[in-house]
Amino acid sequence: MPNPKTLRVRVDANKCQGHNRCKAVAPELFELDEYGNARASGDGRVPPGQEEMASLAKSNCPEFAVEVIEE
Amino acid sequence: MAGRPPVKDWSTDFDHLDPAWVADPFPIWDEMRKTCPIAHTERFNGVYFASRYADVRAVAYDTEHFSSRRVVVRETPPPRIPAPPITSDPPEHRAARMVLLPPFTADAIKKLEPRARALCNELIDSFVGRGGCDAAVEYAQEIPTRLIAHMMDLPEGDGDLYRKWIHEILEVGITDQRVLMQAVGDMTRYFAAAVEQRKQQPGDDLISYLLHARFNGEPMTSDNVLGCLRLLLIAGIDTTWSGIGSSIWHLARTPQDRRRLVAEPGLVPIAVEELLRAYAPVTMAREVVKQTSINGCTFEPGQMVLLSFPAACRDPEVFPNAEKVVIDRKENRHAAFGLGIHRCVGSNLARMELMVAVEELVKRIPEFCLDGEVTWSEGTVRGPRKLPLRFH
Ligand code: HEM
Ligand code: SF4
Repeated sequence: MPNPKTLRVRVDANKCQGHNRCKAVAPELFELDEYGNARASGDGRVPPGQEEMASLAKSNCPEFAVEVIEE
Repeated sequence: MAGRPPVKDWSTDFDHLDPAWVADPFPIWDEMRKTCPIAHTERFNGVYFASRYADVRAVAYDTEHFSSRRVVVRETPPPRIPAPPITSDPPEHRAARMVLLPPFTADAIKKLEPRARALCNELIDSFVGRGGCDAAVEYAQEIPTRLIAHMMDLPEGDGDLYRKWIHEILEVGITDQRVLMQAVGDMTRYFAAAVEQRKQQPGDDLISYLLHARFNGEPMTSDNVLGCLRLLLIAGIDTTWSGIGSSIWHLARTPQDRRRLVAEPGLVPIAVEELLRAYAPVTMAREVVKQTSINGCTFEPGQMVLLSFPAACRDPEVFPNAEKVVIDRKENRHAAFGLGIHRCVGSNLARMELMVAVEELVKRIPEFCLDGEVTWSEGTVRGPRKLPLRFH
């Protein structure tokens, strides 16, 4: 059996304009700096049970700045 | 405006001030998206209109060919009154924007929520006993005016003055330059007095924050501070007023959505995003500064482009059932607050105001309907200006 896959979120800092949608739909997965721009919390790993939130963060970002990567 | 020549054809002769467009622009945009996604008119000295999300996005992202030095389409080009960051392009834009961002982050705005809630309830108290109200005049327009005054630690009752200036600058000022300059002067003097006072007695307010902020590493000049204050006042009031008004208008006509929000207040944040999408209030503009082409259409320098975030938000290629309000829409990349580097600085404030305004209204007055003629504003910001309601 292969290892269960890990999901990670990542924010492309060049695209993020601080709309705050990712943080609003998945508060634990993202952190904001003092200007309101986002980055992934910690190493970006998505804890079990938050997969849907991660995908909503991606599909609600108006700048297409959120990626969800399967490892 | 009276006496505008009738529109011959929406693809080649559109007029965003035409009564049909002002009353119900959505079918016009749906048609344009199918037949002529980038329309052009000779009116207003030449304007393009993009109705697809992808094209609106392409224009918003392309600051090299499309400049923000003119962001409003008018009959005649007005005197240029720079209002950074909204009228700036890179590289100047960034510094002006960075100054404004910290006091408007989601965390900073969260602290204002209790005041917003109390304020909404004070307004509701004033009309709930009458069995009806004009929700545009007595509710929607009061919320952003009083809250921005609160943030600046100015008298909340000065709201009438703010709306008078905004009306003179954004509407009367289009044709009457004297009124425009007078209003800008009055506003500047009003803020200058407050700035002097905050220099003596700094507080925990937005004006004191700006006085201590740094711009490109240097302290802000009084002129910078006054420019920021003018912009925040002008950008934050009509826009949020329109967003709140359109949301209430929808809920007054759609009992099933209203009842759902009464039963599930937790749905309000998602509902507010959908109402922002469906009734996005703000259409900006850009000036073409270098020839370029997008989606097969050539843009000529000197002409304007209407940057219709509202039309982008209704593009069925990006939003399934785009023409419907789906009150629990989960995937919603809407562009009501713009796209790219000019993303609305006040979006967290506006969202909070919208959520609180809707939540408190349906909590206190769960059953209401329209009660008379609704009128809509025209031009840059679209929303109800008269919204008579009857409560059940
Ligand atoms: C529902 C309410 C609002 C809507 C729909 C809205 C919409 C927008 C849009 C579409 C832009 C982008 C302009 C462009 O691309 O040229 C913008 C920019 C801006 N907005 Fe808002 N806005 C709202 C409320 C507010 C509030 C409450 C404030 C502040 C008190 C505010 C301050 C600004 C500022 C300063 C900019 C310029 C940002 C820049 O150029 O970098 N807005 N807004
Ligand atoms: S939603 Fe997108 S643009 Fe907004 S803060 Fe998150 S990553 Fe940035």
